[in-house]
Amino acid sequence: MAYSKKVVDKFENTINEPAKYNVGRFDPKEMNVGTGMVGAPACGDVMKLQIKCESKGNTHVIKDVKFKTYGCGSAIASSSELVEMLIGKTLEEAKEIKNIDIVEALELPPIKIHCSVLAEDSIKQAIEDYEQKQ
Amino acid sequence: MSSNINLPIYMDYASTTPVDPRVAKKISDHLTLDGNFGNPASRSHKFGWKAEEAVEEARSHVANLVNCDPREIVWTSGATEADNLAIKGIANFYQKNGKHIITSKIEHKAVLDPCRQLERDGFEVTYLEPNEGGLISPEAVLNAIREDTVLISIMHINNELGTINDLNGIGKIAREKGIFFHVDAAQSTGKIDIDLSSLPVDLMSFSAHKTYGPKGIGALFVRRKPRVRIEAQIHGGGHERGMRSGTLPTHQIVGMGEAFRIAKEEMDNDKKRIQSLHDKFYESISNIEEIYINGDIENKVSNILNISFAYVEGESLIMALKDIAVSSGSACTSASLEPSYVLRALGRKDELASSSIRFSFGRFTTEEDVDYTLTLINHAVDRLRELSPLWEMYLDGIDLDTVDWQTH
Repeated sequence: MAYSKKVVDKFENTINEPAKYNVGRFDPKEMNVGTGMVGAPACGDVMKLQIKCESKGNTHVIKDVKFKTYGCGSAIASSSELVEMLIGKTLEEAKEIKNIDIVEALELPPIKIHCSVLAEDSIKQAIEDYEQKQ
Repeated sequence: MSSNINLPIYMDYASTTPVDPRVAKKISDHLTLDGNFGNPASRSHKFGWKAEEAVEEARSHVANLVNCDPREIVWTSGATEADNLAIKGIANFYQKNGKHIITSKIEHKAVLDPCRQLERDGFEVTYLEPNEGGLISPEAVLNAIREDTVLISIMHINNELGTINDLNGIGKIAREKGIFFHVDAAQSTGKIDIDLSSLPVDLMSFSAHKTYGPKGIGALFVRRKPRVRIEAQIHGGGHERGMRSGTLPTHQIVGMGEAFRIAKEEMDNDKKRIQSLHDKFYESISNIEEIYINGDIENKVSNILNISFAYVEGESLIMALKDIAVSSGSACTSASLEPSYVLRALGRKDELASSSIRFSFGRFTTEEDVDYTLTLINHAVDRLRELSPLWEMYLDGIDLDTVDWQTH
């Protein structure tokens, strides 16, 4: 598998220092937590992404993120990359993140584009879940 | 961790083996002007005679290991060509007798693809299902036999699982019904005794590079009594009694001969040593929660161990184990993950099939290699499970089969 150094580094850093790279979980019942889970075991990848937000009036800012991913190296690297992009962003800004941003940041090979699509789906679903609670 | 260990550790002997240094020496003696470089087919001078002598000596070594007549050994470019020659050779020669072939779903591609090709040429092929343990039962073969069956092709040792098929049982049925029986034995030589003087097998494929010989050379056993005839697939000079034309690669052939000579001499020692490495590995790895051994543990060779690590994806596990060279059950090279067709045929769920890793040991594997590998596996599986939402759900007591997954 010809992965870029960026994918390999991101993958290795994430598994070697899970806490630093936001691996973990929030209580999904908390009102300021939004959870998204996409993919399926039979397809080879499942991503679970959780955002914790702080609201100032009508703006909601992502203060913290936790994730867990089952999948190939680039699926794990993609979700880890996305998590870093999210912290500190407003929900409106987070909605603007597209899979291509992850593809470019990690130099994903064409056959692994679906990993970035899955990552984009996971944040969309997490935001939806959060907004429904508000 | 250990400091005097060479990384990465090679744990993929079932894929190929390094050439034994004694074999390499033998090969290099048959290449240059001061060596035995002649064309074994040259009848008019000493260079040719000497080369022919070396080729025939090598043929005896191969025949010796599997207890057959040297005249029953046909050199090929490898087990793939031997499988092609056997399957197409029988099918083409005996097609007047019938156009039905029986094989199994867990054969190597070198058997499956020639069968597919024959299907395009008007043959019908039955692909038998293995049992849960990865074995093809003689009963399953018997039940698939038709009036027009001309060939049964079943492998000896499965390359992914290490499981051993009952050649005697299947062969007896083939004999009774008058059907030719071909066996792909690429994984067998040097690992398990083969006695072709008593085994009811008509054709058997061998490879050199799985047994510490060079790549690019193999052989097909073609039984003389009762006589088995095959149609040649490569024409051009009538070498190998017309069954396989082409100048014999003396250096490759002596390499295979030497490798098989050593295999015969050292099989008992190799087996004992590898068995003890296997047992140590198996015992330790069994302590990891939620792992599954693929293939019947009671009916397999000890140099191959195929394990599924539940809730961990195979490719990520291989990436995390970058200091160990192993094979994965999944070929995650396409957008959709493709779990191994062999594991699928055992009825393993896709996610278990794709989390499988084949560890295979060999002559040069040390106890330190095994210890270090175990340490790395424990570490990698722990880390990846910490990262796995599926493992989290498992720990929370959620049955993953009841979850409404969003497939994509």
